Parts: sequence; C-alpha cells; structure tokens
Amino acid sequence: MPSRVDLRMAPRILLGLLGAAVVAWIAYKGTQDSRLFWVVTLNGITLAALFFVVAAGFTLIFGLMRVVNMAHGSLYLLAGYIAFTLQGSWYGVSSNLLSGTQATVVSWVVPLVVATIAIGIVGVAMQQVFLRWNQGQDLRQALITIAISVILADQMVAHFGGIAEAIQQPAGWPQSVSLLGVHYGYFRLVVGVGAAVGVGALLFLVIKRTRFGMIIRAGVDDQSMVSALGVNIQVVFAGAFFIGALLAGLAGVLGGTMLAVQPGNDSAFLLDSLIVVIIGGMGSLGGAAIGSLALGLVSSYSNVYLSFGTTDLTNYSILLTFILVVAVLAVRPLGLFGRPA
Amino acid sequence: MLVLFLAAAPSVFDSFTLSQILTKALWLGIAAASLIFLSSYGGMISLGQTGIYAVAGFTMANLVHAANGRHLGWDPIAATAAGIAVATLFGLLCGAIAARSYGIYFLMLTLAISVIVFYFFAQVTTLSGYGGIRSVTPPALIGNPVANPAPLYYAALVASILVYAGIRYLARTPFGLVLQGIRDDPARMQALGFNVPLHRALAFGVGAFIASIAGILSVWYTTQISPGGVNLAQTINVLVIAVIGGLYRLEGAWIGAAVFSTIDNYSRLWMPNVGDWLGPDRFETVIGVIFLVIVLASPGGLVGIWESVWARRNRTRRGPTESSGTPAPETVDNDVDHHAAV
Repeated sequence: MPSRVDLRMAPRILLGLLGAAVVAWIAYKGTQDSRLFWVVTLNGITLAALFFVVAAGFTLIFGLMRVVNMAHGSLYLLAGYIAFTLQGSWYGVSSNLLSGTQATVVSWVVPLVVATIAIGIVGVAMQQVFLRWNQGQDLRQALITIAISVILADQMVAHFGGIAEAIQQPAGWPQSVSLLGVHYGYFRLVVGVGAAVGVGALLFLVIKRTRFGMIIRAGVDDQSMVSALGVNIQVVFAGAFFIGALLAGLAGVLGGTMLAVQPGNDSAFLLDSLIVVIIGGMGSLGGAAIGSLALGLVSSYSNVYLSFGTTDLTNYSILLTFILVVAVLAVRPLGLFGRPA
Repeated sequence: MLVLFLAAAPSVFDSFTLSQILTKALWLGIAAASLIFLSSYGGMISLGQTGIYAVAGFTMANLVHAANGRHLGWDPIAATAAGIAVATLFGLLCGAIAARSYGIYFLMLTLAISVIVFYFFAQVTTLSGYGGIRSVTPPALIGNPVANPAPLYYAALVASILVYAGIRYLARTPFGLVLQGIRDDPARMQALGFNVPLHRALAFGVGAFIASIAGILSVWYTTQISPGGVNLAQTINVLVIAVIGGLYRLEGAWIGAAVFSTIDNYSRLWMPNVGDWLGPDRFETVIGVIFLVIVLASPGGLVGIWESVWARRNRTRRGPTESSGTPAPETVDNDVDHHAAV
C-alpha cells in the first residue's frame, strides 16, 4: 500500500523553501556589496525600532482591553503635528535656514514631552467617552475607533495642511555615526533604536516587576476575576490606555523627526501596527518585537534587493510584506505568540 | 413598486441628479452589498471589498483602450469578464488566507489586504498608469456616461437588482444555509462534518464576485481608475455606507449608499464654514460624525431605526436584540416577516 503524503504539510514545506531561497539570495547580494548590505540592514533595524514603539502601544491596548484601536495611527500623526507646531511657534524652529532658528536639545525634547503627554490624554479621553461603556463589544469598538480616525484624519488635513513637514532634530547632535565601516544617520540609529530598546526594557520591567504590571497581566488573563478581587479595573484600563497612547505619541515624534509628518502616515503606521501584531500575536510584547523586526527587515531588503540581473522588481516590494503575513498565518493562525481570546 | 419607480427615474430626474446621486448610489450599494452579504449571512465583517474591486477595475482598465495603463485593446465586454474573473480568484485566495480568522482578527486581516492592494497599485505604476488610467472605454451599450447617463444608470440598476435577488436566492440554497450555520456557531458546524474554512473561503469568493461588479461599474462611472480612488478612505467609506444602512440588512446597502452620495453632493453646497473645523471640503468629517453617531446609537443602521420605529407603532415588544450592543443578524426565517414596504 502506498504511504499517504500529508498534503497539509505542503504549504509549510513550500514556505520553508521560499524562506531559504530568500535568505540565500540576500546573502549572495550581501557579499557582493557589504557596505550596501549594512546600510540596508540598519535601515530595516531602525524602521523596526519605530514600528515596535507604535505596535507596543497597540498590542498593549488590545491585550488588556480587547480594543482594536484603529485610531492608533491618527494618534501617531497627531503627535507629530503637535510637536512640529510647538517647535515652530514656541521656539521659532524652522527648516527654512534663512528665517528660522535651528533646533536645540531643549526645543526638541520639550515638544516631544508635551506632544506625547497630550496624546496620552487624548487617548484616555477617547477611551473614557467612547469605549468605557461598551466593553466586550469588539466589533462595535473597532467601528467607533475607525469613525474617530476618519474624523481626526480630516481635521488634521484641515488644520495642518497637506504638505509634508519634518520635526527638526537638535542641531548640536551629530548628523551621522560611523559603524561597521558605513556612515549612518545618528538620529535614526542612536535615538531611534535607543528609544525602542528603552521602551521595550521599561515595559518589560513594568509588566513583569511592578504591581501595576502584575495587575495588567492578571487582567489580560481574567478580567472579571481581577475586578472581583477588589482591584478597580477601570483605573487599570485608563492607565493602560494612557500608556498605549503615550507610546503612539512618542513614536509619532520620533517618526516625525526620522521620516516626515504628512497625511497618509496615519494609515501607513496603522497598517504597520496591524501587520506587526498579526505576525507577532495580539497582546504579546515579545511578538511585537519580533514582528517589527520581521516587517522592518523585509520592507528594507525588498526595497533594494528585489532586482534580478536586469529586471527590477523593487516596486513590487509590498508583495513581499503580503507574502510574509500569509506565511506566518499559514503556520500560526494567531500569530507567533498569539493566544486565542 | 420601488423597482418601477427606479426604472422611470431617468425621465423624472434631471441628468445631474441621475448621474451624480442615483447611479453612484447604485454601484456603491453593490459594493456595500458585498460587505453586508458577508456580514449578514456569513458573520464576517470584511474591509477587503475595496481592494478586490480595485483589482477588478484595474484589470479591466488595463485590458481595454485607455489613456494610460497597458491599453491592450481588448473588447470591453471581454475585459469586464476578465476583470471580474481575476478579482474573484484573488478574492478566493484572500478568503483562503483569512478563513481561519474570526471577528476582529478577520477585520484586521482584510483591512491589511485592502491597504496592501492600494500600495501595490500605487507603487507598480506600469499597472496603474502613473497616477491613474483615464478615458477607459466602456462597452458600446453604455456609450459615453458623461454625455448620456441613462444607459449606465440602467446597467447599474439591473446589476443591483440581480445582485440583490441573487444574494437572497443564495441564502436559501444549501450553501447559504450552511454559511448561516457557520455564522451562528462554527464549532458546531465543524463537529457536524462541514468544512468550515472552505465554506468561508467560498463565501468570501462570492463577496469578491459582487465587489468586482461594483468595481467595473465604478470605472465606467468615472471613466477612470486611480490608486487614490481605492485608498484607505474609500475602504472606510464602503464600511460607513454598510453601517449607515445597517450591517445586517441587505437593503441597507443601497439605502446607505443613497444617503452617502446625497450627503457627498449637497454637503459641499450647504455646509457652513466654521473656522477650520467645518466647511465645504470637510465632507469626511461629516461622514465620520454620522458614522460615529450611528454606531453609538443604533447598530442596526437606518434600516434598524426604521424597523424599531415600525415595531413600536405596531406595539410589539422587541426581544433583547434591540437593547444589546451587537445587532442581531438576519436569518432566513425572519426574511418573510420583515419585508415591510421598502
């Protein structure tokens, strides 16, 4: 009797082969031009850092409250606009070297702090007004946050205009650093990655070592039990939403300095957060870290290495992101570290 | 009755109302119907419909004579068939990917698919014509929709009627009944031996077929297609239309679309200027606020409000479905009762 081939293994085998081919191709191109390879890899890592900060907030809010905050991208962008506006109106900083002053550490950090806290407050307000009274109705809350994101996006275009702006980094900081034989942007590498690592470490410590974190972990596992044990779960929710929005705000200012502040970034970073948590699993910080690395590196490599000889397929790079999501879902339908609700 | 009225519409309304509001309401309604079919009969709220109709529209636009794009010069009817076929296949693929996800994960995944499709067309400019494919040739039957909107209106009307009747019919077939069973209790259906992921993937394919019809009509309507017309805002607009009309009532698709296109047109005229907050350009804010109010107040949408008003007039006590947050999905049995005069 012929032995039956398990057809369900076919997708996994195919994906394994595809993954091996991708790694081999990148290794081949990398050895050809190692300088470019390091730059592209650093691009991926710094992007991943930004994705992590945004997605950490998103996954924290979902993990605890089962709220898919579709307005997370809008919070990101709003923080960028607030910081940009403050930098301009309080300190007169402008990208126009003739009319404005250059940014200093103070004129970068103060708008950062103000914008981040403002967004945290906006987030908590949104939660208290719109989301507190309909807990448990996932889909309805997702629709509410979608509505809020539509309103916010339109109002931001109305108040801040449609052209791309950038938050100026302190002029005193170096423009680039030298690493592994390449020059790379100082802000992206040191501040960006540093912020992500700092956020990750801080969140890890808070969640694993403090009482508040313990309550959050318990709340993720069993909300009603925590409430029955006498903990004011509403305060915990508000606090967690504040932290989640704060992270979106921090990422918004970092991204606004690293990249730009412009309409469209809200949906771009919402998509990135969605992909990161789809890959990493909802509610998992470790998953968010791995998901951001995966997305950052895949986007970065596919933007450069998707050319084979004379055919340049780099503008199909988004397809590789799609394939990445499909691949992860085929193997782990709930994401790498996801747990069923 | 309504159908007769709609059939006579071109002689009643001026051509502006006809083309700007009624035709638009019809094809937007078909797009929303694809969403409502999935949510009402399949329990799957999908944000991927815009991505699918983008695939259909771009495929068709690339195949016929047009200003940009590949303009391969196919016959418009053949190109339409090809567009619908490609989009339905893509829909089946996406359905297969998303078939094991439920609820909010499904929503997120389909949203990601729509946005990825947008980025694909935005970046692959050989397929999207460097900013849009213009002057797309419609079939000879439709003629020039700008000069004479009536044929396109009738095409959209016929398509809408066929889609509506088709969905209602499908709901009564064994496939439709299994789908509704999966909507209500997937675990039980799996235990009964049904292949749940397969059914969900097939249902998604049906939704894709409907969405692709809407996509083709949208290209004929605007005589062009561009990435900007199928971006995240449009994805959300389709969702808004479905929610305004009522996520779990099929008629809501066209009612929501009619409300949407009416507001779209007239808001630019009557909207007062309130600083930067309100003004003729702030259509999206108005739609967002209406959407928010409806989700907060009446999850059943406008059709839900109508039905609860009707029920109160008949002095019938409603069950717990009206007071709870999540709306009750339609079942086949309720169809018979709820056909009040639409």
